[in-house]
Amino acid sequence: MTPAAYTIDLKDGLMRLVATGDWVARHLGAIDGDLRSFEDDMVGRDILIDVSGVDRLDTAGAMVLERVLTSWSGRSEASGIVGASAQHRQLLENVRPHVAPCEVEPVAGNAFLMLVQRLGRGVVEGYYTAIEILNFIGLTLTTFARVVRSPKRLRVTSIVHHMEEAGIDAMPIIGLMSFLIGAVVAFMGAKILRLFNAEVFTVELVGISVLREFGVLLAAILVAGRSGSAFTASIGTMKIREEIDALRALGLDPIEVLVLPRTIALIIFMPILAFMAAVLGVIGGGVVAATAMEISPVFFVARLQETIALSNFWVGLIKAPFFAFVIAIIGCYQGMEVAGSSESLGQRTTLSVVQALFVVIILDAFFAMFFLEIDY
Amino acid sequence: MSEGTAFDHVIEVSGLRTQFGDNVIHDNLDLAVRRNEILGVVGGSGTGKSVLMRAIIGLKPPSAGTVKIFGEDFYAKSPQEQIETEQRWGVMFQGGALFSSLTVAQNVMAPIREHLKLPEELAADIAAMKISMSGLPPDAGAKYPSQLSGGMNKRAGLARALALDPEIVFLDEPTAGLDPIGAENFDRLIVNLKTSLGLTVFMVTHDLDTLHATCDRVAVLAEKRVIAIGTLDEVRRSEHPWIQAYFSGPRGRAALSAKDALQRPAAEKV
Repeated sequence: MTPAAYTIDLKDGLMRLVATGDWVARHLGAIDGDLRSFEDDMVGRDILIDVSGVDRLDTAGAMVLERVLTSWSGRSEASGIVGASAQHRQLLENVRPHVAPCEVEPVAGNAFLMLVQRLGRGVVEGYYTAIEILNFIGLTLTTFARVVRSPKRLRVTSIVHHMEEAGIDAMPIIGLMSFLIGAVVAFMGAKILRLFNAEVFTVELVGISVLREFGVLLAAILVAGRSGSAFTASIGTMKIREEIDALRALGLDPIEVLVLPRTIALIIFMPILAFMAAVLGVIGGGVVAATAMEISPVFFVARLQETIALSNFWVGLIKAPFFAFVIAIIGCYQGMEVAGSSESLGQRTTLSVVQALFVVIILDAFFAMFFLEIDY
Repeated sequence: MSEGTAFDHVIEVSGLRTQFGDNVIHDNLDLAVRRNEILGVVGGSGTGKSVLMRAIIGLKPPSAGTVKIFGEDFYAKSPQEQIETEQRWGVMFQGGALFSSLTVAQNVMAPIREHLKLPEELAADIAAMKISMSGLPPDAGAKYPSQLSGGMNKRAGLARALALDPEIVFLDEPTAGLDPIGAENFDRLIVNLKTSLGLTVFMVTHDLDTLHATCDRVAVLAEKRVIAIGTLDEVRRSEHPWIQAYFSGPRGRAALSAKDALQRPAAEKV
């Protein structure tokens, strides 16, 4: 293989470009820059391109040769490509009608303007999303009210299926997580409380934090990541494949068939998950207390009963169904919002997790303030 | 080395066996594709037409048998050699399979950028030429696949398949989902590119009209192997019941008579 090359000479007032070597795509990079400046210099002149010395030619090479020839549209009959073998001439002719540049990317506007635009669009979209989610909540609740009046329409099989998928399957990971968090809290707490000779308060620390906050919050975070996204993905896929439209066309209500069972399943199962998380979190704390701090399990339990009001446990559990509701609603809503491409499915799944976590934490803050005010 | 006689076989599949779990798709399948021909692969749904294509292009390693591309066993090659072979063919998937985050022009430039290391301007020029060759208007280059119709996506997929001046082009159901006019244009485009660029085309299709309008030879898949291969007339003479049902059913006859009526203008166009 000899790389593509060319020489230029002036003969009888006519520019001649003699091309030699292999004019194939991989060799053209080396000469393309020079050829472009040559094209710019040659405006206003006729040019004859001699390709008799070209060994191999592909469409890219033919395109470049044609481009040099047609770079100035005012050339006369004297210009042209000569010396091509039959095969090369055919290739040149086939490429000729297709030598025309095209835009690679859509024209971008002013960067600052686009930034402002995006900001504005984000704010407006946020506002409408909030309204739409409220809409969706209303729709789900009215559908629920309608279904409850004729309980036969409650899809028990579907609810149980989602309870298994979103609930039971999530138990090992949620249990492990809260066990570890309970242990970590006990460890860190003990280390600092030891400074005040108050190691024994580790029991209160673990008891209150895990029962009141961490247990239910961990369960909610993991369910949002695991099941909220799964809801979006499965409903979104159905949306893309027109299954949602098919349901409507068959006279079925997608909210009733898809959204309600998922929401109900999650509302039923989330307290169970929160309960389990709380119990395992306390056990985690207890194990650390027993192994690292010489607080015996018996003493741990006794002190737990003595000092921790039962209200802490109830505060944690009461929040669970509310968290479940927002996670399920946001997951289903984002699934319903998927449009067209699989790219949108990915975006919506991400959005669903982010929004669900955001709302769960906001809600948790409100609950904290509320219970503080009523002194529970 | 690869530039042999007009009849040398660019693809040679022998004793191919592919399976998913216990489900055997092909068993002892033989197939040879000649240089510079358009081979149409037909068969009922589920006979593994697309799987055969995937086995040839290295996406579905067979459990037995060999796939020779340009006379060399593809699956016996080192990964580096496989990449070199892959640059000598282009594949158009059923839906176009364009990268949705890139514009059409960037899609066509992707293989050029990755394999040839050319200056951006030249790569863009080459992409523009391929886009035009595929019958897309110039303003399609800056559009994203989601902004194009199904037919235009297929054309863009073809443009990307042609990006590296391949010797073989694999087409999976090129005309499925196109309207009859779009499908006819696509048929012409394929024949045109075959003659002008000297391509070998391996085409999986269901479309009888496409088969009549474009294919030099037809291979029929059934019973886990190629039961007939040859020109359309040769294959049609086979007495296999599926072939009879396929070509002599009402649709088959309609496509045949349409071909006779259209042959002259189509030939001129080519």
